[in-house]
Amino acid sequence: MEVPILKQGAFLIATFQAALSDADLNQLRMGLVQQVVKFRSRAVIVDVTAMDVMDSFASRTLREIAHMIRLRGAETVIVGIQPEVAFAMVQLGLTLEGVATALDLEEGLAYLNERFRITK
Amino acid sequence: MSVGEIRVEINSDQDIVIARQKGRVMAGELGFSSGDATLIATAISELARNIVSYARTGQIKLKGIHGSSRSGILVIASDDGPGIIDIRQALRDGFSTSGSLGLGLPGVRRLMDEFEINSQPGKGTMVAVKKWRQ
Repeated sequence: MEVPILKQGAFLIATFQAALSDADLNQLRMGLVQQVVKFRSRAVIVDVTAMDVMDSFASRTLREIAHMIRLRGAETVIVGIQPEVAFAMVQLGLTLEGVATALDLEEGLAYLNERFRITK
Repeated sequence: MSVGEIRVEINSDQDIVIARQKGRVMAGELGFSSGDATLIATAISELARNIVSYARTGQIKLKGIHGSSRSGILVIASDDGPGIIDIRQALRDGFSTSGSLGLGLPGVRRLMDEFEINSQPGKGTMVAVKKWRQ
């Protein structure tokens, strides 16, 4: 299952589906970094609203995505972590340290617009 | 309503997704809250991942369990892989031999109510976990 990556001005938006396998996540990691280069994007929003399970592999991949994108000089915001998923992540001892998060897509865009002072 | 037993053969990373989806559905049928179903599905995902990472193949068995005053779900992950040499070490946060986060087993223990592990080097690993309905 491929993750759609949308270009929205200087930002990219990747929307996760519920049933992502490890292979899908690895593919997304490469795809996102390549597109950040191709479009000279300033930031990436990863929307995980549909993800009903965030296990150790998924959360490590998200951290790696954020770090790779930072090395490219762009920023990553993870949006839409569901309350139940957040609870399970904490129980499992998973953290997304050093990665920006926001409540949902709208908040994520607002955060980035503020940060990059993009005027409409 | 009786919910039987489900077995999921674990042969690839795709099967991890299948196992946790079936676990979530079964947890729902057994009357678990959506939050508890998420904890159960996450635990299944970690157990199935251990099978793929360390043993390559194995199976996850899901079963509804009924005590005298409570009911719950039993998840058994078993494989014929290399086994665990030092179980105590494997149950410590931060320990891993496959380059993963090493949080798998202690994390699974925190997600569930009961945790049992049997493993011998060369003879595979069996992890049985239970969660009772609140």
